[in-house]
Amino acid sequence: MAFPRPRPARPELPRRRVRTLECGQGAVRAVRFNVDGNYCLTCGSDKTLKLWNPHKGTALRTYQGHGYEVLDATGSFDNSQLCSCGADKTVVLWDVATGQVVRKYRGHAGKVNCVQFNEEATIIVSGSIDSTVRCWDCRSRRPDPVQVLDEAKDGVSSVKVSDHEILSGSVDGRVRRYDLRAGQLYSDYVGSPITSVCFSKDGQCALAASLDSTLRLLDKETGELLGEYTGHRSTAYRLDCVLSEQDTHVGSASEDGNVYFWDLVEGSLALSLAVGRGVVQSLSFHPTLPCLLTATEGHVQLWREDTFQPEGDAAT
Amino acid sequence: MAAAESSDSDEEDLVSYGTALQPLQEGERIKKPVPLQEQTVKDAKGRYQRFHGAFTGGFSAGYFNTVGTKEGWTPSAFVSSRQKRADRTILGPEDFMDEEDLSEFGIAPKDITTTDDFASKAKDRIKEKARQIAGVVAAIPGTTAFDDLIGPSKITVGVELLRKMGWKEGQGIGPRVKRKPRRQKPDPAVKVYGCALPPGLSEGSEDEEDEYQPENVTFAPKDVMPVDLTPKENVHGLGYKGLDPSQALFGVSGREHLNLFTGGSEDTSNLLGDLRHSKGRKLGITGQAFGVGALEEEDDDIYATETLSKYDTVLKDEEPGDGLYGWTAPKQYKSKKRSEREVKYIGKILDGFSLASKSSTPSKIYPPPDLPRNYRPVHYFRPVIAAGNEKYHLRKALEESTGKLESDTTQQSRHALNASQRRERLGEAGLKGPTPSVLEYLSEKDRERLKEVKQASEQQMKAKMLPQQLRNSRFQPASPDDASRKWQMLLGGQLANAGSSDFKPFARNPEKQKRYESFVKSLKQGEKVDTLEHYLDPSMTEWERGREQEEFFRAAMFYKSSNSTLSSRFTRAKYEDDVDKVEVPRDQENDIDDKETAVKMKMFGKLTRDKFEWHPEKLLCKRFNVPDPYPDSSIVGLPKVKRDKYSVFNFLTLPEPTTSVSQATNEKIQQNNSLNKPKKPSRWDVSDKEKEKKDSISEFISLARSKADVQQQPPVPATEECGTGPSETLPTEVANEDKDQEEESRPSMDLFKAIFVSSSDEKSSSSEEESDEEQQPTTSVIDSETTKQVDIPDSSSSNVQENVAATTDPGISLLPTSKQELDATEEFGPKLPPAFSSGSTWQQEPVVPASFPGPSRKEKHRKNREKHKTKREHKHKKEKVFNLNKQFIDSLICQSKFFIIYAGL
Repeated sequence: MAFPRPRPARPELPRRRVRTLECGQGAVRAVRFNVDGNYCLTCGSDKTLKLWNPHKGTALRTYQGHGYEVLDATGSFDNSQLCSCGADKTVVLWDVATGQVVRKYRGHAGKVNCVQFNEEATIIVSGSIDSTVRCWDCRSRRPDPVQVLDEAKDGVSSVKVSDHEILSGSVDGRVRRYDLRAGQLYSDYVGSPITSVCFSKDGQCALAASLDSTLRLLDKETGELLGEYTGHRSTAYRLDCVLSEQDTHVGSASEDGNVYFWDLVEGSLALSLAVGRGVVQSLSFHPTLPCLLTATEGHVQLWREDTFQPEGDAAT
Repeated sequence: MAAAESSDSDEEDLVSYGTALQPLQEGERIKKPVPLQEQTVKDAKGRYQRFHGAFTGGFSAGYFNTVGTKEGWTPSAFVSSRQKRADRTILGPEDFMDEEDLSEFGIAPKDITTTDDFASKAKDRIKEKARQIAGVVAAIPGTTAFDDLIGPSKITVGVELLRKMGWKEGQGIGPRVKRKPRRQKPDPAVKVYGCALPPGLSEGSEDEEDEYQPENVTFAPKDVMPVDLTPKENVHGLGYKGLDPSQALFGVSGREHLNLFTGGSEDTSNLLGDLRHSKGRKLGITGQAFGVGALEEEDDDIYATETLSKYDTVLKDEEPGDGLYGWTAPKQYKSKKRSEREVKYIGKILDGFSLASKSSTPSKIYPPPDLPRNYRPVHYFRPVIAAGNEKYHLRKALEESTGKLESDTTQQSRHALNASQRRERLGEAGLKGPTPSVLEYLSEKDRERLKEVKQASEQQMKAKMLPQQLRNSRFQPASPDDASRKWQMLLGGQLANAGSSDFKPFARNPEKQKRYESFVKSLKQGEKVDTLEHYLDPSMTEWERGREQEEFFRAAMFYKSSNSTLSSRFTRAKYEDDVDKVEVPRDQENDIDDKETAVKMKMFGKLTRDKFEWHPEKLLCKRFNVPDPYPDSSIVGLPKVKRDKYSVFNFLTLPEPTTSVSQATNEKIQQNNSLNKPKKPSRWDVSDKEKEKKDSISEFISLARSKADVQQQPPVPATEECGTGPSETLPTEVANEDKDQEEESRPSMDLFKAIFVSSSDEKSSSSEEESDEEQQPTTSVIDSETTKQVDIPDSSSSNVQENVAATTDPGISLLPTSKQELDATEEFGPKLPPAFSSGSTWQQEPVVPASFPGPSRKEKHRKNREKHKTKREHKHKKEKVFNLNKQFIDSLICQSKFFIIYAGL
């Protein structure tokens, strides 16, 4: 006789501010969890990239080498390498431990907005304001990109990479999905300049945030609209959108200083976090926990669910 | 010997030597002798002693000559931490010694011992020498060593007195003298065999010779060697001395080649009886006798001891007391050549000067070369004339003046060279990139204009010259010889290395170009002007020919100057102006207007989606661990097709035959695609919507589409000047048309004329059009002209129709407006009504040259109007006007937005 399985806990949302990191690197352009969510990277406008343990609030290392503000960063699957891009038109590959620049990729004609590793950290995909997405090889020493995806008609604001796809959102209002396995390019017209795109965890949907203050959840295969989420304000800035750890909620930064969460299915506003007065520039959702990082102005805040008990918090 | 014992009783007169062995017990087995390898010697402390060589005294170190112990060798662990740095330990010989070696009687006693001065058997030089000599002459060499054992216990009074008087061991007795020390040196005449020693080693002392020599320094007299008057009684060789045990055993060297303990630089010790330890040196370990350990740094002098210079190769009497001062003497006195030099140089040496160590070898004087008989010592300046093109008489004159023609006339002064010539001489690779000329970058029209201007000026010149020539009462060809000669001179040799004829100034006129090329070729070969004229058009009048020749010269000149220097500064255009075909992405994203409406209606899905065949790079697939979807394809990215650049069909729906390499592999995909859309939707293509009959919008679109297609159909012959024969695309087009024609009747002919009979003589330039367009938005909201377009305003699908109208208009689409602006605007353009916009794809369009004979603005409007008339349906004029405006309004709005985004914070 088997007991019925306990009901899965109701998905929780990060509602409580647990910690605030004063980054001290100017405006924080982006904050990103690493692959397992134990660390995070902050991209500063003072040309530095910092590695943190946000749960303990400790700054671990500062990476210097960019020539201008850092706009995006990401860590490799094995946490051995970092990759960042910036307004100096370069994409930089870092060694985490030594803090040295492993490789610098020059080739973009403008600011590089976004950067992603592929699954095995053998390719860096970067999207730039020069309307190209470039795929750089980390394995070889060649300075040119492996491939340039220049289908976008305007700057590329966001790029995501799955195991066989490259998803790019562009200011020309299109979400392009390059499917390497099928050899197809799917271009979905959204209309308004895309600020951020992301895959859902199940890989079936693509979330696109655009400058008409709307988030749209698109079916990856057909391009159909599955959901539309409004209520926040996004008209000028490149704001991030996220999906919660179980794909139950959709989150977006906003220019009114809040972070909004909607129920993915119902599309109803589930939560609005008052983060700060300024624009919430960047968001990063923990890969497994209801834990959110927000970046406003010069600091980063860590948000946890209500039931969260900070262990060892008294010690620190 | 047991036998001897047994026989003792028998024969008593036997003599027995040695000690008898112990008599064997009964039944006892004979002990086996210890085998050689097991015979060991132990010292007092039970340690094994090893013998190291029979003659060097048997010395043991470590454990069987290793650094190990019986248990093995444990290397010291290297530990170095931040707090405690490992310091480099330098091991001395003591680290490898046993402790008794350091004791009183060891080889390196550490305890206080009596020094030589106070030792009972002081090493008295003279005595020593005498003893040695005695030892040599003695019957058994080395017997004098016994004298040591019974030596006096104290220094003699005489020695004591001498010491108090300042005498030192090793010196002679007597007043101090002022002379140069001499030292035995290898005779310079002696040949040194084998490898030459490094100069510092063999001639080190020579270098020191010319060092400062104080004048007031006196020296003790040389020690006098007791003359050996003993007659030779033995059968040894002359000068042979037996091995002196005192030398051999204690490692003291009498002769150099036995000297194992002295460095090569101290070659002063060939002094008899120069016992090292007598000079305070401890006998024994100086490291090198044992070879060089891994931890020792010094390993240079191992092989330096044996040099031929250390052997006497010539029989000569030993200089008395040679090297007496030995190593104690100041270095500068070690020289020996001094005396020689003094002998050589007799004059006085000035203060502050010293004699050179090496006499300067007399410089060799080479006799001047013999002058050739016909040499004339007069310099003449040769006129700079390059190889190819001297004229015959000039050459002759040169020959006469110089006697011979310079063989290589391209040999110019280095200042006369240009960059490419220098590069050629240096053998450097040329600058990368094609070497087009500037003319190539000019548009056709500009080129023509240039030519016209040139010709006009030339004609003027000619006109001026003509009267003069007439005055000469003889009609001459308009290109006088001297003029062309001048040109030839100017062009010079630069033509010779002008590369392949990329430069085609007369490309428009192939015949002329051909003539020009042959002309230049012959010019390069240096033909005379008269022959050059053969290449000109014989059918021309002479005046024309002259003009052409001049033209050719000028062109060649222009080419020469622009060829190398400018070509590297420019890159080729993406689309060549001359080429009629253009690479266009085969599939292009559709017009976004219908999409926008779809977005507004939230009809995401098929309406907003474009699907293309996309070829990832092979390496990218590999890195993503994904099989290459098109393994046979060489295409990367979106497949491209060649299209006529100026063809109308470039902007129309063209279901062309697929040219993709990977057709086979794609077929399935293509078929899938073709369910939804045609294989090759062009940018203007809306025909995929035809398939989607369910949608009302697409129905409208398809209707409009077909109409547009029909309109384009007839004027194909008329478009010849814009783009030559889209022949391959034509059949499919027609086929496409046929379907559509059923629905629509043919429009009237004058419509096509209006659209396609472009007025080539029209002065419409791009700038005009642009300004025209810019005026449009501001003024045309109530523009009377456009109001005429309002035919039937149909509310539902007006904008769609609008788009179709716009897209079928090649004139508008080719407007060379600033595309970035449009790009930004189009994409940003938020919630405004759907715009007339084609900007999204303009990046792939060729830049239209100014000379493109596009229809004028007026015509466009007219054409639009007419089109709308024919389509008697769904027209909405206000929107149209608004759309035209919107382009610019949007562009402004959205650009500012664009800035805001990235300027953020």
